[in-house]
Amino acid sequence: MGSNLVLPEFEPIFGILVVKIEEMISAEIKNKYELVVGLEVHAQLLTQSKMYTADSTEFGNLPNTQISVITLGHPGTLPKVNRKAVEYAIKMGLACNSNITRTNIFARKNYFYPDLPKGYQITQDKGPICVGGEVPITLPDGTQKSIALTRIHMEEDAGKSMHLAGEVDTLVDFNRAGVPLIEIVSEPDIRSSDEAYAYLVEIKKLVRYLEICDGNMEEGSLRCDANISVRLRGAKEYGKKVEVKNMNSFRNVSRAIEHEFERQIELIEAGIEIISETRTFDATTGTTSGMRTKEDLNDYRYFPEPDLSPVIVSEEWLASIQESMPALPRELYNKFIREYGLPEYDAGVLTDSKEIALYFEELCGLIHNYKAASNWMMGPVKSYLNELTLHISDFPISPRRLAELIELIDEGKVSFSAASQKIYPILLEDKVKTPLEIAQSQNLIQESNEESIKPLVESVLAENSAKVAEYRSGKKGLMGMFMGQVMKKSQGKADPKVATKILTELLEN
Amino acid sequence: MEKFLSFDDIQKSLEIRETDCKAIVNYYLQNIQTKAHLNAFVEVYKESALEQAAKVDEKIASGKAGRLAGMVIGIKDVLVYKDHEFNASSKILKGFISQFTATAVQRLIDEDAIIIGRLNCDEFGMGSSNENSVHGKVLNAADESRVPGGSSGGSAVAVQANLCTVSLGTDTGGSVRQPAAFTGLVGIKPTYSRVSRWGLIAYASSFDTIGIFSRNIRDNALVMEIMAGPDNFDSTASRKPVPKYSELLHFDKRVKIAYLKETIESPALQKEIKENTLSILERLKEEGHEVEEVEFPLLKYVLPTYYILTTAEASSNLSRYDGVKYGFRSPNAHNLESMYKMTRSEGFGEEVKRRIMLGTFVLSASYYDAYFTKAQKVRRLIKEFTENLLNKYDYILLPTTPSTAFKFGEHSNDPVAMYLEDLFTVQASVSGVPALSLPNGKDQQGLPIGIQVMANSFKEAELYAFGSYLMELSNN
Amino acid sequence: MKIDLNTVKKIAHLARLEFDEEGAEKMMKDMTQILDWEEQLNEINTEGVEPLTTMSSEVNVLRADKMGEHLSHERALQNAPQKDSDYFRVPKVLE
Repeated sequence: MGSNLVLPEFEPIFGILVVKIEEMISAEIKNKYELVVGLEVHAQLLTQSKMYTADSTEFGNLPNTQISVITLGHPGTLPKVNRKAVEYAIKMGLACNSNITRTNIFARKNYFYPDLPKGYQITQDKGPICVGGEVPITLPDGTQKSIALTRIHMEEDAGKSMHLAGEVDTLVDFNRAGVPLIEIVSEPDIRSSDEAYAYLVEIKKLVRYLEICDGNMEEGSLRCDANISVRLRGAKEYGKKVEVKNMNSFRNVSRAIEHEFERQIELIEAGIEIISETRTFDATTGTTSGMRTKEDLNDYRYFPEPDLSPVIVSEEWLASIQESMPALPRELYNKFIREYGLPEYDAGVLTDSKEIALYFEELCGLIHNYKAASNWMMGPVKSYLNELTLHISDFPISPRRLAELIELIDEGKVSFSAASQKIYPILLEDKVKTPLEIAQSQNLIQESNEESIKPLVESVLAENSAKVAEYRSGKKGLMGMFMGQVMKKSQGKADPKVATKILTELLEN
Repeated sequence: MEKFLSFDDIQKSLEIRETDCKAIVNYYLQNIQTKAHLNAFVEVYKESALEQAAKVDEKIASGKAGRLAGMVIGIKDVLVYKDHEFNASSKILKGFISQFTATAVQRLIDEDAIIIGRLNCDEFGMGSSNENSVHGKVLNAADESRVPGGSSGGSAVAVQANLCTVSLGTDTGGSVRQPAAFTGLVGIKPTYSRVSRWGLIAYASSFDTIGIFSRNIRDNALVMEIMAGPDNFDSTASRKPVPKYSELLHFDKRVKIAYLKETIESPALQKEIKENTLSILERLKEEGHEVEEVEFPLLKYVLPTYYILTTAEASSNLSRYDGVKYGFRSPNAHNLESMYKMTRSEGFGEEVKRRIMLGTFVLSASYYDAYFTKAQKVRRLIKEFTENLLNKYDYILLPTTPSTAFKFGEHSNDPVAMYLEDLFTVQASVSGVPALSLPNGKDQQGLPIGIQVMANSFKEAELYAFGSYLMELSNN
Repeated sequence: MKIDLNTVKKIAHLARLEFDEEGAEKMMKDMTQILDWEEQLNEINTEGVEPLTTMSSEVNVLRADKMGEHLSHERALQNAPQKDSDYFRVPKVLE
């Protein structure tokens, strides 16, 4: 690529002149450096009630209608732990192969903000419920990698503060205050924006498979902060890390990382020290900026939460949670490749969502033509769902009926085109009729019996002896015409494969 | 002639129809008015108490009355009562109306006790003299130039001056026992977690307990029996069953009693209190009990341990008072930060601010290990020592306070001197064990002296029985 | 532990308190006195002693995942120092 000779633009910053190169910094310079990223993901848990109170966690209700005295931090109130939230956290740990902490205590994280009613968040500091673990990711080029986890712990969400342009005040809604969260902290193992993207895709998949979170970043049920630093390739020490917040989609996390990578390299190349700070991402410009308010590094003064008794995870409890674990995306992926002989691409698409994977599993329990099943899923089924933005659970064709349809094709009873263009659409509208019933009522059953087709072929050839001669002297293209005639004589019911076979036999002899 | 000096008197009177609940309430209301200058009550629930009385009278007539029918109770300004105002004696909660009732209070109401009003105290329970209250100080009825003790000063004086039968206070480091000693009453701090803290405005979460003031043991035991026990709203409340304390007061054993050398030999101990304590120990020996002196070299460290941990917990518990959701908000604020700072600086009193600052300091990153972790370790040592001692001995006996009631303003300029008033009471709070203060004579100025007994965790029954026995002994 | 005015300022900010000059001086003196007194704990050997983190004798006090009673909207906002029909209101953060 080479370096671009562009007139540098001088921008005074804090009295220091920094050369700001308009075009991307050169690939050569970039290659000197290694990107080091750790991601902190918060996932809102799909429990009925909040983490430490019995308020509803339902989304979208009128402001300040889902709160109790405990949520508001009224004097004299006390928290109580939601058993299900603990189980969900453990499930995530088991899915990531983490060590589950047996004796759990909670801690207070103290700071002041209007949407934090008690003036502290009840979280876990020392002794998180899950320690270590890993998340397998697949990159766009197919390579697989494992991102190690530092920890997963339980905590509660804050309320919502709204700073609106026309208002003189900040408006606070406490409905969300207290909703259960798990915080998933990765080791700084991520080395590119692609890896970060893949990691988030995998986390989303996992939480959805486990049914503990709906993993939607745009709606806020999944949130991500990034810790980004750079160092020279081969260096052992980590560079100064910068925290980036306010990225509300996987794509934006990717963009923020790319931007930070370049920004930090620019500074280092210019001999300027990286400041360890918190920066906010701006989606419109794709850049990060330091948060202007002069915030001393917040001292959260963590200490053990005295209002909660310890939570002990016994062997029995752990075993019962383990037993209730669903098949995980990675397990199904491997199974589809090894047991069903499917290519990696198919396995990837089919395990993208748990419901699709489970539908597919059911389908494969009914027929053995796994590849055909896969093709139907990735083709007609997926396009139908995408077109109508439907969920597979609303798909009008059950695995049983789809299996029957595929069998009809395999047995030669209907042609593929009849199946996909005539029968399939009817199956979508009519939830009761079987594929066989439709094939029969629509007169689509093919004739595959050689004995029945042979006479038809013979009569076609007899009626077109001149063309037969032309075929035999080299005009192989006439096969199409003969086929057409045979299909006409059979009212379209002749199995094209069988007809072709007989025609070929008779013509070549 | 003072009437209704015990619940037994009340019950007997009711039985022979000599009186009814309305009359009882009116009697107390009259006393409250006459003694208004003592400033024990912050608010008197005149109408609702009389309404409640009428209802309880009906229930008595139809034979459906609860076990506390006829009892009139005052509650400290930190125990919440639905749809009533509560301030924790602080400006920062002025106008605050509670949306629920404390479990302990509800259980008493469910047994037909009548709540006559809320009682003055030190702000957020922080103090040993009831001089730190937004409602003004409380006067000791034994000598009105002197403090009643704190933080539950109002609760103590209410019973002392016969303004109600029994009152509820809270004891975090001695705030029931010390005022009980200063006013000549029975005051108990139960085992930590014996009584639910749901509805108790938190000061130091791992120390706070709800205690009872009464004139005699039986009233105290009866109220405790009804209040105590598991509660779904408090995750730390003990799920152990509650014995019927009021039926277990009989005592005729020979027991082993320890007393701590360092308490008796403390240079801070007032001479008459020392003599009183020694004389009771002698008496017990004469009665055939084993009385032994034990060394407790950690005694002088109990108070600093207590203050590091309680200020830390308090600094966090009081963060919710920020002017956002309830209570006072400074009218001078112009942005978020100034709202927080002005609200809290104008809303909290001096002592509270001091403790918040200290607590914030010991929790701060650079000092956490040196102070907070250290104090947590010493707490374990003190707790283990006390529990081990109480495994070997049935009771530990010691004075409740180093001095009798002191004059107003005596410790105003010296926070540590004020803290030293709790010297003998904090051990039970740090260890979590129950402790009872009993009236044990008077000093030469006629001021009440208290004697304190500690028993092992969840042994309130043994404590009450022994207390009953001790009170008889000192009367003979 | 000798506390200086700078520390008083920092701690006050963490606790969202503010003091005038006189108040800060007094707080500095009081904190120094009390912390010195608290430092006596250093005289005790606590090597190998586990910090006490809970005073509760119970474990696994957990709640089933069910919805409980909410405060009515009116009651929820009842004590708010400043509010409108839907929200709690606080002054904005001004930079």
